[in-house]
Amino acid sequence: MKRGLVLLAALLGAFLLPPADAHKPSDSYLTLKVDGEKIDGQWDIALRDIDYALSLDVNQDGDITWGEVRAKHAEIAAYALARRRLGPAGAPCPTRVDDQLIDNHSDGAYAVLRFTATCAAAPKTLAVGYRLFFDLDPQHRGLIRLEYQGTTRAGILSIENREQKFTLAELSKWEQFVDYVNEGVWHIWTGFDHVLFLLSLLLPAVLVRSESPGRRWQPAASFRAAFWDVVRVVTAFTLAHSITLSLAALGVVSLPSRWVESAIALSVVLAALNNIRPVVYDKRWVIAFCFGLIHGFGFASVLADLGLPQESLLIALVAFNVGVELGQLVIVGVFLPVAYALRTTGVYQRLLVVYGSAAIVLVASVWLIQRAFNLRLIGG
Amino acid sequence: MLNGGDGRGMAWRFTAGVATLVVAAGAWAAPFRPTDDAQVLERLPGRSTPQFSRLKSLQAAAAQTPNDLGRATALASAYIRESRVDGDPRFLGYAQAALAPWWKDPAAPTAVLMLRATILQSVHQFDPAVADLDRVSQRDPKNAQALLTRATLLTVQGKYAAARADCDKLHGLVSEFYAAACVAAIDSVTGSARTAYEALGRASAGTARTDGATRVWVETLMGEIAHRRDDPVAERHFRAALDAGERDLYLLGAYADWLLDQGRASEVIPLLQNETRSDPLLLRLALAQKALQRPEAAASIDALRTRFDASRARGDTVHQRENARFELGLRGDAPSALALALANWKVQREPADLRILAEAATAAGDAAAIGIVKQWLADTRFEYPAVAALVGGKGAPK
Repeated sequence: MKRGLVLLAALLGAFLLPPADAHKPSDSYLTLKVDGEKIDGQWDIALRDIDYALSLDVNQDGDITWGEVRAKHAEIAAYALARRRLGPAGAPCPTRVDDQLIDNHSDGAYAVLRFTATCAAAPKTLAVGYRLFFDLDPQHRGLIRLEYQGTTRAGILSIENREQKFTLAELSKWEQFVDYVNEGVWHIWTGFDHVLFLLSLLLPAVLVRSESPGRRWQPAASFRAAFWDVVRVVTAFTLAHSITLSLAALGVVSLPSRWVESAIALSVVLAALNNIRPVVYDKRWVIAFCFGLIHGFGFASVLADLGLPQESLLIALVAFNVGVELGQLVIVGVFLPVAYALRTTGVYQRLLVVYGSAAIVLVASVWLIQRAFNLRLIGG
Repeated sequence: MLNGGDGRGMAWRFTAGVATLVVAAGAWAAPFRPTDDAQVLERLPGRSTPQFSRLKSLQAAAAQTPNDLGRATALASAYIRESRVDGDPRFLGYAQAALAPWWKDPAAPTAVLMLRATILQSVHQFDPAVADLDRVSQRDPKNAQALLTRATLLTVQGKYAAARADCDKLHGLVSEFYAAACVAAIDSVTGSARTAYEALGRASAGTARTDGATRVWVETLMGEIAHRRDDPVAERHFRAALDAGERDLYLLGAYADWLLDQGRASEVIPLLQNETRSDPLLLRLALAQKALQRPEAAASIDALRTRFDASRARGDTVHQRENARFELGLRGDAPSALALALANWKVQREPADLRILAEAATAAGDAAAIGIVKQWLADTRFEYPAVAALVGGKGAPK
């Protein structure tokens, strides 16, 4: 009781203070001057924040001196640059720090990093990725100012919004199309849940169920049969997720993402279980279709995160879909010949189909638990 | 102004506005290269205090086992305490980081929910903060801390019926003093100011031992009620709160507001001239300097402008009330003040929020905004003669 009262008193006192009014929350100021493929940058980062991350005040006397900052110049540059990216995630523009100075802002002294980034080609859209201090102070913001051909644009990057894309040159319709095709391909290749779902359904395509009492897998008689089985599954999956992707992207239907992501994980579990204890064989395309509808909602949330251009919504939608299909075709193109060649071996029939599926069940179950209960067990 | 135009126009204006703000906020003088290694660039306050060494050891403990609930909440509490003492919002970010493993979890442990609600309310995320407290109350209906906190947040939002329900549940859970204070805080803004004032007086007299912070809280609240009722007894309460010996930024602001309204700006200067790190107090200091036509006013106004620009550039809405007072009282820009006061009114509805809305609305001659104030006074029966006089509503002094 007494402890409760003390807490309570502290609490009553708590609301006396104007919340978060005094001083200033942590911000850094990132200025980018874009000129062709070259970007001149200046990045002002509060010494207090750097001290919190890298312990500038080595002698612990409460004063940060120029000597203490200078001694850590290399460390500061490495720390900061690793937490900022200019250009696409796959191919960031290499950056060199040219100079480190000091400036006084309204709330104290800042380190000023001057740098030059050189992109492979003059970027038409410049992506700025940012995650400085988000682990230490989730309320930190990166305030971006981009200067290009006499115009100035701004952005606020936060723990919720870690990337901003600035459109520098007007992209032609064709370039936009290619952009979204790339995003689609990239998404299916890095979306392990979609790939595992597809592979689970394709693994048995080069086999047939024997009618003998053992009901073991037998190699498919012809490539032609296996090929058409694959075509049926892939077409059903494609058709289904195209439908829901379009409906979601056009705002006709929307589902809570936790529900969608959990259902996708569940679909992988079920598809893989079906290889261990087959329930559906000939009609695997039906599974592909039904769960494909769910996967489409997953694609749609990615597309939404990319920021759909309202004026070219249709181009983006079609292109992203085409990208997903191309990405799928490559996966199938690699899978089918290899699987067909291995189909007679025990390695394929037991190791890959049965134990491989078991491994998929395991991984997808972890996803399912993580997504359904909002837990963080392992990465993925 | 009020209706703000179509969505696209708003969005465009917002983007353009942010661009200008970022330019202004990043308007550094000129970067320089110090010449002397011994030159002190930044002083980190409070490094030799026992609190700091305690914080360090809590940090070290939590860093070893980041998923240890006890260590994480101990560290987060220490940071929150530090932010209150120091007024530095960075500590709230550090507290949030300490709670990272549970931050997104709607079903986080109760200790985390309480701390998360505190952090969220301090950045004016009132609805999510209340949602966290709802969960605590569902789990433990007798958690007085959750009830009292939620009552306070709901009062700030002007949701008085719900707040009152929480205060009522406090009876029997804690000392009657808190239940009475909880109700009085609501009564004071819903047509029973006098009753509330007397109840607070009785409650604090009837409580044998109150700590300094609680004493400050009661006296400040009584001073504010008296201030709104134009009762000169306000001064006695503010002085009593100051004499309690607890450093309290909110009290200084409330007392300065009273002095400014009494035309005693010259007393504000010595009270606040060493408190310029705090934006709300610098605002009052600048208002006093301007009233006295002191030349220092220009520097204070410049400093405030930089700070408000910086805060808007990062997308914060925490300072909108003060920002509106700044635009109206120091820059004479009624339309900007009104836009800020209206945006602020969507988030918080305390007496000070109503007052700046009324002042900005009258100065801008905006009938719709004046209507909002009149309606609020009528709906809540809130007694604030100065505000009623501004908008010409019921309750205006004859």
